Amino acid sequence: MLTLQPIGQTKPKSMPGSKQGHLPHLPQSACDLSGVWHTVCPCLRKLSAFEVNSDLTTNVSIKPLTSDLQLEVEVEASVQMEEREGEDGVEQPPLCPIDPNTQGIIKGRDLFGYVGIEAVLDQMRRKTMKAGFEFNIMVVGQSGLGKSTLVNTLFKSKVSRKSCTPNYEEKISKTVNLQSICHVIEEKGVKMKLTVIDTPGFGDQINNENCWEPIVKYVNEQYEKYLREEQHVNRKRRIPDTRVHCCVYFLPATGHRLRPIDVEFMKRLGHIVSIVPVIAKADTLTMEERLEFKQRIRQDLEANGIRVYPQKEYDEDAEDRILNDKIRENIPFAVVGTDKEHQVNGNKVLGRKTKWGIIEVENVAHCEFANLRDLLIRSHLQDLKDVTHNIHYETYRVRRLNESNANGLGLSALSLENGTFDKNEAESQL
Amino acid sequence: MSQSGEKGKFPETAGYVGFANLPNQVHRKSVKKGFEFTLMVVGESGLGKSTLINSLFLTDLYPERYIPGAAEKIERTVQIEASTVEIEERGVKLRLTVVDTPGYGDAINSQDCFKTIIQYIDNQFERYLHDESGLNRRHIVDNRVHCCFYFISPFGHGLKPLDVEFMKAIHSKVNIVPVIAKADTLTLRERDRLKRRILDEIGEHGIRIYQLPDADSDEDEEFKEQTRVLKASIPFAVIGSNQLIEVKGKKIRGRLYPWGVVEVENPEHNDFLKLRTMLVTHMQDLQEVTQDLHYENFRSERLKRAGSVQSNRVVEEEVMDKDQILMEKEAELRRMQQMIAQMQAQMKMKPGDD
Repeated sequence: MLTLQPIGQTKPKSMPGSKQGHLPHLPQSACDLSGVWHTVCPCLRKLSAFEVNSDLTTNVSIKPLTSDLQLEVEVEASVQMEEREGEDGVEQPPLCPIDPNTQGIIKGRDLFGYVGIEAVLDQMRRKTMKAGFEFNIMVVGQSGLGKSTLVNTLFKSKVSRKSCTPNYEEKISKTVNLQSICHVIEEKGVKMKLTVIDTPGFGDQINNENCWEPIVKYVNEQYEKYLREEQHVNRKRRIPDTRVHCCVYFLPATGHRLRPIDVEFMKRLGHIVSIVPVIAKADTLTMEERLEFKQRIRQDLEANGIRVYPQKEYDEDAEDRILNDKIRENIPFAVVGTDKEHQVNGNKVLGRKTKWGIIEVENVAHCEFANLRDLLIRSHLQDLKDVTHNIHYETYRVRRLNESNANGLGLSALSLENGTFDKNEAESQL
Repeated sequence: MSQSGEKGKFPETAGYVGFANLPNQVHRKSVKKGFEFTLMVVGESGLGKSTLINSLFLTDLYPERYIPGAAEKIERTVQIEASTVEIEERGVKLRLTVVDTPGYGDAINSQDCFKTIIQYIDNQFERYLHDESGLNRRHIVDNRVHCCFYFISPFGHGLKPLDVEFMKAIHSKVNIVPVIAKADTLTLRERDRLKRRILDEIGEHGIRIYQLPDADSDEDEEFKEQTRVLKASIPFAVIGSNQLIEVKGKKIRGRLYPWGVVEVENPEHNDFLKLRTMLVTHMQDLQEVTQDLHYENFRSERLKRAGSVQSNRVVEEEVMDKDQILMEKEAELRRMQQMIAQMQAQMKMKPGDD
């Protein structure tokens, strides 16, 4: 979920419970904060339980922090705070899950005045604003499904590989080669280092056997890089994070079912990376066709044991589950991407103009691009990173360390794995 | 010599013999006999092939469609399914056979998927050849594939490697009509770009698609114009639908979206009407080209192969015979030369005698 997690820290630092929780990362707009309170760092949630007034609408203004916290949020929350001190007086990370009814918790309303613990939020924000975020997104799909256009539309800037190479000619490449383009985009003082990993050549050949292997290799290589950095004696303060946080898999809008290549790919990569399947170029499906198609895809996914993001097993608690269930009912999102603007009713909208109408990309009645964008950026960006770090990376790490233990001390050389392993075994070790 | 005025049955001009009536006789006979046409549709799953066929012929050729799941598709190979339907319009009967190819392009490794199709086409030719060479040639059923609609996905940037390979393999056996499926996913500019791209790639790879014959110079302007327009629109970008939607009080076939209605029979929206026109006005030509070009190619190949296999021995004997004959002839020549030499010698000797 959404937090301002400083980059480079391997474990999210625990914060003693604060009154209002972490600041959601939202643009300046009136927003319904009741939904927002779900987007709280899981670790924080363990410490404090909130009861929020659900009809709460406020304005959240995020301004560059020069002074105290300028948060104009009024929340009535009964906060149970826990202050724990280890024997050395060093803060100890809390053990999850924590029963908020343990003794020794000083409730917020019992404090005799303002302590200022919430100012830690301020400090966190300042730090992370300075540090910036990293996000690595991989787009996979056949040629011509609109991957580059969608990425450009998502981040409202020309970040795809096509925009970066001049005189680009669309030729189907003979092998799958991964290209990653890196950009730093900034919004309201917050910098994000966005890396888009493109996979031209995937699924385009006559014989597509094992076309997923280069991708699996790449993902594992990134984990390996991070692992080695982590194992150094002198570690960098901020380990550069090139791990793939999210893989958007593009399904062609056939209207039938998943194809064999889709099943194979998602089976293998679902274990090692968070996959978000989307229906590409969805303007060729009517509403009924879209619903049926989605239903069939969900059936196929379940029948083949493919787990896509958000995975059911990683739901922390009931609120998460409710939110994620809503998302799960809607995947795969049917998206349409474009970077052209047209005039509709006096407004400039992003859309595709055809002889029979204009398809508005950001209109939820037309396509689900807005839902995908909200999922990827506005609400679950941090969660994607957390899942990658806490679950996928840890699984990889455990496996590698066990392997190297079997082979003697030190990490053995990375062998070409095909990304499949016994998930149950890995989970039991986590 | 006709005598005007005496016979009041039909207007007789001087020199009128009456065989101008022949086309009518042919017409009547063919109407009675009915027409046969076999159309093959090839393309990946989900490109709207069945919908398009249903829309073109206003029938429901696939009443109970079963769409197999991905796991089943992995095991499946390409199958050939031929369904025949008899359509009648204004007394003219058409026996239409649609050959579907489910499973094409589905598998991860599609290298073998067109072998089945090529074999089917060859089998039909083979059967016709066999019938034609048989004793009773009165009721030959023509099951040869007259036309193949190849469905190109609108999602790509042009032809895929599979498309190219397949078309190269069958362009000498059947008339290929490339069709861009699900054209409602393209804006006008994208459509033009895609069409140009496809035509370029077809030219680049030397693929021979079906060329519409030019209108004869004695046809009327309208027909000539129509042919020109048709030729310029290949490959046709089509949308298929059999759903009736009400638009401005009229019921038309189309697809209803939240952003508008795509009309199937609107020439501004897609090329469905053009495809139908082409098929209908050139059905005869498609059959002719299949007969004259593709079938004859197949036949000559086949007979050459059959000839060389069956009478390999005969050919060898012939060769041997020729050698023998040559040798014999040479032997004879030598003998003749010897004789001449002898005679010359004798003649020389004779005057010596005197």
